[in-house]
Amino acid sequence: MKKPISKIPFNGTPEQEAKLKAAIERSNGNKSELIYIMQQAQDIYGYLPYEVQVMIAEGMDVPLEKVYGVATFYSQFALSPKGKNAISVCLGTACYVKGSKAVMDKFSSELGIEPGQCTADGEFSLESCRCVGACGLAPVCVVNDDVYGKVTPEKVVEIIAKYKSK
Amino acid sequence: MENINVKVNGVSVSVPAGSTALTAARTAGVEIPTLCYLKDINEIGACRICVVEASKARGLVAACVYPVSDGEEITTNSPKLIESRKMTLELLLSNHKKKCLTCVRSENCELQKLCKEYGVEFDDRFEGAMNKYDIDRSASHMYRDNEKCILCRRCSAACEKLQAVSVIGANDRGFDTHIASPFEMPLGSVACVSCGQCINVCPTGALSERDDTQKVFDALSDPTKHVIVQTAPSVRVGLGEEFGYPIGSIVTGKLVTALRRLGFDKVFDTNFSADLTIMEEATEFVTRYTNKDHLPMFTSCSPGWIKFVEYYYPEFIPNLSTCKSPQGMFGATAKTYYAEKEGIDPQDIFVVSVMPCTAKKFEAERIDHSAVKGLPDIDVVITVRELARMIRKAGILFRDLPDGEYDSPFGLGSGAGTIFGATGGVMEAALRTAVKAVTGKDAECLDFLDVRGTQGIKEATYDLNGNIIRVAVASGISNAKKLLEMIKSGEKEYDFVEIMACPGGCVNGGGQPIQPASVRNNVDIRATRAAGLYQDDLNLPVRLSHENPDIKRVYDEYFGTPNSHKSHEILHTGYTVRKKY
Ligand code: SF4
Ligand code: SF4
Ligand code: SF4
Ligand code: FES
Repeated sequence: MKKPISKIPFNGTPEQEAKLKAAIERSNGNKSELIYIMQQAQDIYGYLPYEVQVMIAEGMDVPLEKVYGVATFYSQFALSPKGKNAISVCLGTACYVKGSKAVMDKFSSELGIEPGQCTADGEFSLESCRCVGACGLAPVCVVNDDVYGKVTPEKVVEIIAKYKSK
Repeated sequence: MENINVKVNGVSVSVPAGSTALTAARTAGVEIPTLCYLKDINEIGACRICVVEASKARGLVAACVYPVSDGEEITTNSPKLIESRKMTLELLLSNHKKKCLTCVRSENCELQKLCKEYGVEFDDRFEGAMNKYDIDRSASHMYRDNEKCILCRRCSAACEKLQAVSVIGANDRGFDTHIASPFEMPLGSVACVSCGQCINVCPTGALSERDDTQKVFDALSDPTKHVIVQTAPSVRVGLGEEFGYPIGSIVTGKLVTALRRLGFDKVFDTNFSADLTIMEEATEFVTRYTNKDHLPMFTSCSPGWIKFVEYYYPEFIPNLSTCKSPQGMFGATAKTYYAEKEGIDPQDIFVVSVMPCTAKKFEAERIDHSAVKGLPDIDVVITVRELARMIRKAGILFRDLPDGEYDSPFGLGSGAGTIFGATGGVMEAALRTAVKAVTGKDAECLDFLDVRGTQGIKEATYDLNGNIIRVAVASGISNAKKLLEMIKSGEKEYDFVEIMACPGGCVNGGGQPIQPASVRNNVDIRATRAAGLYQDDLNLPVRLSHENPDIKRVYDEYFGTPNSHKSHEILHTGYTVRKKY
């Protein structure tokens, strides 16, 4: 999957920026610390939007394309923020066989986002995961810390409703 | 360095220790196919088309990165290897838009050539999902079709190592890996300098210049247009390669005849306006040198370099010469002086440039300082490759053409103009004229050898009647960047600096004929083409810009003196700060 790029306006705070700049400062111009800096940026912001990657590129004096290439290569980096409610649909073998793809598609169409993205109001983010260890309940999805088993596309609407603007 | 002995397909050779199997094979007279390997630029061992058997390694190794050791035996062409390469090709084809019939690189495509050599059937042995990408046509100088990309990464390596801008690279991973810019921005919106070096190293049709040939054909068949063409200095040494001439051949006469037969009303020489540039630039330099005004002064002939300064070093904009490039000066003079002289409405004059350069396409679109308000100085720019395409399409048998002569009044160019095409050439041409301007007489020897050659950075100091002039010459943006950093830190001080965006100058421009890696890895095309231009310089009757009779006339009849008010309005320009992000 190509990593989807967030269209949500960036709303970083001056505190976050100061933190990132301090981290970059500590790397002392050592370009081999790029990935480490990116990890810290992700901890600070929760994801790596354009504005943050530009700060890293300028601060570390590396091309933006280098930063972006790394950000899209490693699965640990996210280009979209997590929503207030993080939905994770298991696409592991057991769930997949039991139809979790259709569940994922339903979440996608209901929320109007692709896996890896967050809704414009910041309410929901959607992603896939591999086996949460509840194969007996397949297909499984997890919202925040709540696990839902034997999910069907029909149930998706109910699940979303439960969390909406809570 | 110590030498070691190895055997390649049973043939003993002695090679320097540390040599790769590829080099050893070459020494033994054996060619191993390569795709991703580009000497000094991309040595990543990724495509595995170059696999060989090595006696000291288990399994097949990539010859382009495998260092041979003393006594080692290398096999390059066993049935097993041939089968492995064939399979590699078939895998590449399984995710490739196989459109050879209409592909710009057909017959000059490294992938296609290997498929033919290895007898790969062009249908799909490995069927599977194909990547879908839109062609990126956003930039003014090139297209990218990711569906023809084999992910060799030669382009991004060139963009990074030669040009130090890295605006393209590999995004995402696995099956989704593709070459693009950060955040999938179109190339036209990122800080690309339009140099086209990525196109020249691409083995396939994934990258290509924007094709503007139809615009030229349309103008040529429009009876209301007076269509004139100019040919840049290095076109005469590049074009021949498209028609089978050896690298470095000068084909000026046939070039002129071909253009005439294509139907251009007048065929002119950019060497003329290169001389004009020298008149303006040498004069500007002498004034700025005397007044200590923003030194070093940088040359401004290379639009890729200009774009680089605008994006990456805007603090140096005041140091750029205000002279338009020779292409720009030609167009500006054509739509003013020439229009008046010939009694043609500038609206009806259609100026085509044949350039070794893709950045010239971008330059032509900067119309904020054009000579006639609202009209571009240049209407269309085509590269050497596009001209060759037009010549073939028109059925002109290039090799059989008689030699022709350029038309008056912009048909004479000096040797100083011709060497603009090689790194150091503009500097040398300017020095030839500056010597006269400062000392009142011409230099005894017109060859300024210190500034010639393909080294990335060259320096020299000249004493003109007690005036010490420190010059530097750099080509390739990564070298230019090094030089700028040294100037910025105060480590180096110069008075006059020539920069060309492409390594080696225009002879190696992004619009020149594409030589495959098998040639590039073994021949220095920059030096070979440059040698052709220096020979041309020696053969020309006039070697000094200020001695060119066409130049004298244009000043007498129109501009008055160099840097006059009129020449400032028509021949000079300005620059803009551009935002990188
Ligand atoms: S890139 Fe090469 S193989 Fe692919 S369509 Fe073009 S000519 Fe054919
Ligand atoms: S044209 Fe030059 S700067 Fe632009 S992507 Fe290609 S190599 Fe890089
Ligand atoms: S665009 Fe061309 S040079 Fe770049 S990776 Fe693809 S095939 Fe190689
Ligand atoms: S791995 Fe050697 S040429 Fe690609």
